[in-house]
Amino acid sequence: MYEFFQRALVHLMISVAGVLLAAVVGVIVGIVLTRVQKVAGPVIAAIEVLQTIPSLAMLSILLVFFGLGNKTAVVAIFFYSLLPIVRNTYTGILALEPSLLEAGRGMGMSSLQMLFWVELPNAIPVIVSGLRISLITAYGIVTIAVLVGGGGLGRYVYRGIQMRSMGMMLTGAIPICLMAWSTDLLLNRLERKLLRR
Amino acid sequence: MMSKFLTTLQKDWPLLLKAFWDHVQITFFSVSLGVLIAVPLGIALTRTPRLAKRVMAVLGVLQTVPSMVMFGLLMPLTGIGKPTAVVVLTLYSILPILRNTYTGITEVSDGYIEAATGMGMNSLQILFQVELPLALPVIVTGIRLSSVYIISWATVAAIIGGGGLGDLIYTGLDRYNHAIVLMGAIPASLLAIVTSFLIGRLAQCATPRGLRRERHV
Repeated sequence: MYEFFQRALVHLMISVAGVLLAAVVGVIVGIVLTRVQKVAGPVIAAIEVLQTIPSLAMLSILLVFFGLGNKTAVVAIFFYSLLPIVRNTYTGILALEPSLLEAGRGMGMSSLQMLFWVELPNAIPVIVSGLRISLITAYGIVTIAVLVGGGGLGRYVYRGIQMRSMGMMLTGAIPICLMAWSTDLLLNRLERKLLRR
Repeated sequence: MMSKFLTTLQKDWPLLLKAFWDHVQITFFSVSLGVLIAVPLGIALTRTPRLAKRVMAVLGVLQTVPSMVMFGLLMPLTGIGKPTAVVVLTLYSILPILRNTYTGITEVSDGYIEAATGMGMNSLQILFQVELPLALPVIVTGIRLSSVYIISWATVAAIIGGGGLGDLIYTGLDRYNHAIVLMGAIPASLLAIVTSFLIGRLAQCATPRGLRRERHV
């Protein structure tokens, strides 16, 4: 029982760590791209290529650099989460109505004030949507990461498949699915709440 | 490291070739089957909007299930080996294609449909001459997403004996031999990137000439 909770916690922590890391970097990159829109296309295309790499391939290539264990999983999640976060930050800020920008400028806001008081708050619902997609993907990656020595609930799933034991498999599978569904539900609700304001 | 990789590549390239070919075949089979099932289904759903909403919700939930979990869940039903892999992968390839077929057709603006109705087209003619051509780029994008996912999932399918490039990764991890791991991982990545690029091009060609615009992010 203790082992189960520990693995569930590890599963969640690895996912959240990777996504948070990507959120910090991704939001900054997204903001920078709105200021230098010329490079936005190529940069986003490059991140898109990263996203295309199969997850097991990504994990095993990173394994060469980061070794067996959870670090590899966190880095892989970081790479996969970048695209939804960067893209949503970028499009979220650019989708802002020009009248709001003008109103901000008319009030004499500096460009930094505009960023923090006008542009980012308006982009936040879309960014939350990026976080939701990233987190759900992350749970799947941590599950596979058991093959490169990661902890988490994937261990039950993998052992279950190896031993042909449905019970063992479900011990991992059910909580993983519940995690994904509740994340989907909660962040969806948060997104809608933020949009309404 | 690099030299070890190259010598392994030199020695085992027939193995790589076979795995690569297997991977391409599995992907092609699953995605083709997926298209055959998902496109008609997607069209049918556009005629029953109320049912469609529910089906889309269920599909959305299914899509959050991690690949390894899906293989584990379906293994008792389908056994192990290549057929299982193809069954699971086909099931999964349906999701993006179905979703894009449905949204592609429902997003065709009413003006076109009205114009076509005004010209005296019947609903089959509207489907084949108006709705499908306009929805085609979106459908092809769904096929692209699907293919990329399936190439990825097919590597994971190695754990249930699906073969392909995942087999090399898996063997390499088992023996703690980085060279073999990379021999599976790098071609798998390239396969996904090239496939995505090519089908992306196809989607551009599928866009009716009057609607082509600069590619937006």
